[in-house]
Amino acid sequence: MASLVGSRVERKEDKRFLTGKGRYTSDINIANQTYAIFIRSPHARAKIKKVDTSKALKSSGVVDILTGEHIAQDKIGGLIAGWAIRSEDGSEMKCPANPPLAKDSVNFVGDPVAVVFAETLDEAKAAAELVKVDYKVLKAVSNLVEAMDSEAIHDGIDKNLCYDWLLGDRQKVKEAFEKADRIIKLDITNNRLIPNAMEPRACVIDYNTASEEITCYTTSQNPHLSRLIMSAFGGVAPENKLRVVAPDVGGGFGSKINLYNEEIVCSWASKKIERPIKWVAERTESFLTDTHGRDHITHAELAVTNDGKFLGFKNETIANLGAYARVFGTVTPTYLFGPCATGVYIMPAAYSNVKAVYTNTAPVDAYRGAGRPEATYTIERIVDKAAMELGMDPIEIRMKNFPTEFPFKQTLVHQIDSGDYVAGLNKAKEMADYDGFAARKKESESKGKLRGIGVTSYFEACGIAPSPVVMMLGCGVGLWESAEVRFNPTGQVTVYTGSHSHGQSHQTTFAQIAADELGVPIENIDVVHGDTDKGTFGMGTYGSRSLTVGGIAIVNACKKIVNKGKRIAAKMLEASPDEVDFKNGEFVVAKSNKKKTIGEVAFASYLPGVRDEVKSPLPEGDEPGLIESSFFDPANFSFPAGSHICEVEIDPETGHVKLDKYTAVDDFGTIVNPLIVEGQVHGGLAQGIGQALYENAQYDDSGQLITASYMDYTMPRADDLPDFNLGFTCTKATTNPLGVKGCGEAGTIAATPTVMNAVINALDGKEISLPATAEKVWKACKEMKKSNAKAA
Amino acid sequence: MKNIALEVNGKKVTKEISDHTTLSGLLRDILNLTGTHIGCDTSQCGACVVHVDGKSIKSCTALAADLDGSKVTTIEGLASNGKLHPMQEAFKKMHGLQCGFCTPGMVMSAVDLLKNKKNPSDQEIRDWLEGNICRCTGYHNIVAAVKEAASKM
Repeated sequence: MASLVGSRVERKEDKRFLTGKGRYTSDINIANQTYAIFIRSPHARAKIKKVDTSKALKSSGVVDILTGEHIAQDKIGGLIAGWAIRSEDGSEMKCPANPPLAKDSVNFVGDPVAVVFAETLDEAKAAAELVKVDYKVLKAVSNLVEAMDSEAIHDGIDKNLCYDWLLGDRQKVKEAFEKADRIIKLDITNNRLIPNAMEPRACVIDYNTASEEITCYTTSQNPHLSRLIMSAFGGVAPENKLRVVAPDVGGGFGSKINLYNEEIVCSWASKKIERPIKWVAERTESFLTDTHGRDHITHAELAVTNDGKFLGFKNETIANLGAYARVFGTVTPTYLFGPCATGVYIMPAAYSNVKAVYTNTAPVDAYRGAGRPEATYTIERIVDKAAMELGMDPIEIRMKNFPTEFPFKQTLVHQIDSGDYVAGLNKAKEMADYDGFAARKKESESKGKLRGIGVTSYFEACGIAPSPVVMMLGCGVGLWESAEVRFNPTGQVTVYTGSHSHGQSHQTTFAQIAADELGVPIENIDVVHGDTDKGTFGMGTYGSRSLTVGGIAIVNACKKIVNKGKRIAAKMLEASPDEVDFKNGEFVVAKSNKKKTIGEVAFASYLPGVRDEVKSPLPEGDEPGLIESSFFDPANFSFPAGSHICEVEIDPETGHVKLDKYTAVDDFGTIVNPLIVEGQVHGGLAQGIGQALYENAQYDDSGQLITASYMDYTMPRADDLPDFNLGFTCTKATTNPLGVKGCGEAGTIAATPTVMNAVINALDGKEISLPATAEKVWKACKEMKKSNAKAA
Repeated sequence: MKNIALEVNGKKVTKEISDHTTLSGLLRDILNLTGTHIGCDTSQCGACVVHVDGKSIKSCTALAADLDGSKVTTIEGLASNGKLHPMQEAFKKMHGLQCGFCTPGMVMSAVDLLKNKKNPSDQEIRDWLEGNICRCTGYHNIVAAVKEAASKM
């Protein structure tokens, strides 16, 4: 049987999606369900003086209206930060309480205050209009730069500062800078983004009055984790009385990691009103209340020698947490950001200092890449600036500072097990026809256009591990993953994973892995995920962890199945287990033609006996059945890396940036399914390009989100993007048996600096802030023209 | 309230609906055809695209009451006799979908494109699909799928 790992297997999940049979949360209806509408704060910051529901309660079809008072009376807990971060001075981070329904104060536009349940959606909406909330409006803190000098939003949190964190050695950096020929300085705003999974968040809750169980269908990337938080911190119900199901989920990109107010409120309320509840966000609600991403202000400095060697790097960043600290909110700008600050380079000294502050905006949390795009953007922009100031080629300066020996101990934290950065950049250079750029630039200029080329080399640290280290750093849980592999008596296999697919193709990739391990046709393998009642506990999908952590748990569970199978086959074939070999789904006794298929062994394991004789195929000590599980905790992160090159052509008359060519060369170690991995890269690139050219979440001074619809927030569309030119190199990961590295976030991490380096290259080095919209580029072109005229 | 009679995926449907029921509301909430998705509230995302009398439209901004006597085809009605439409086959072959949420609208829109233009160029495909937002694929494989379908149809 040919190996499926490495094959372009078409997806098992596609047929249902292509025929309209996907089952997303908002597709679910339960008999007798009520409809929920949340009353949200229209103010960014206010005290709640009074919530008057009396008129609304009399409105047609209303079942109940609940407020922050009810939540407090029932002692329902709030939303939490998943990571505890300590400041440089040793003090613990400061986090405000975040009740599911606000009782005393609201802290961003969209903060929920009350909820209406009614017989129909229209009735719920009509009643919601009648709920009167009396606010005392306070001055909002909406500006990240001014946040630390503004009035404290939350009682007891001075300067709105959650923590002031340091990674690295300030003294060493000082010494390195003293030796430098030149210091390159750069100020960056890493713009705020809104993840915008195409499926708006939703939940459908079914409370069973007989068993007292709550079932919460929800749009989550990690249903097990949501159940844990809702039970342990929310106190909604004990875990054994709470089932969380994340059925088909229409994209997440980090925004569906968090457990949200609506899930806690509706789960609690369903038990209270003894009715099922359906809540579906409208897109505007998603814009306002989904966790946002990025939003950093950074000052960076790079110390270099005149021949382009890096000596030291410092990164001073202010990170916006929004109104509250959420699950990955506090770790995204620290351990996911700081260690990656020095990029793929040998950097003798470095530090990252991050001040995380609260503002009256939506909570900021992980968005595809989470911290690593911000880090990569900073280092890759400053490296390009260094090349420009030193008169060096951007590829030359990168090559000069790459490590060439692996494992490579990166400056701040990571021990990178494998990689070949030189090979990746060389391949990208060749595929992009880097040497032909000058001729293409000339041609563009002959048409009155500007042309620029941009390079980025990146690495990513994904599949955060191992758990003891993760928890030592402040994480509230371990980041292992579980799998269970069940053989049915008749030979089909069901694989349960604690990770979750919301587009990542687990049903196919994981079936390929199991098919290879067990020698069972892929058609006979089903992958099940997303239901706390099906399979063991799991940590979910984010941070490019599913394959490198969850996939390996499947491999390990399969290996246990094969080991037990060997013992059973040996007994059946009257041989010793040492003599039995397993290959292509068959247990074969060495130097004989005696064999049993794994299907026969599975059958025998469940029906361990024969007629007219007391005889078992099971060796002494082995129990019937063929089911094994594994909890895999990798020894380290996985470290994908690569180099991307793109070219832009700018029309100076309109400022329009045309993305002309985009080449991405990535090293993901072993690739299980190239079709799927290429898709992951394409999608990642689109989001990274979106940040560079189009997307920008903006709040006004009063804290109103002024980009809360697709008319105002520019999503990359089909006619904005080019075809992508992809290539791969391969150095296998040494920390897992498949040699795989995460691939989900790479495109997003690399694309933003690649595009911006190209735009700035086209503008002769003129700095421009993210995103490079036509308006900004047009202005920059005007200024260029003016200064060129002056120089002439 | 208004009585309407229309044909949905080849089946006659007669319903009493309220005046403000949208076509997407009729399909999803009344006929339980949940393949048509709602991804926004400003008629921008295109997840709700269906065919009315052979033309692609955004069903979230069409009033069902206006469609008395129309023939509606949704994603559920595209395959025939259990055989996928060439566009569906092409999306599968070229990995033109990931999370699947925008997919029904994208496929219905692409089918209409090929009705209008047999062999569209890359740019024509991208221009046509401008009204359908996909957050997963970066559109690369969607364009490839439409071209693949064009070569088969």
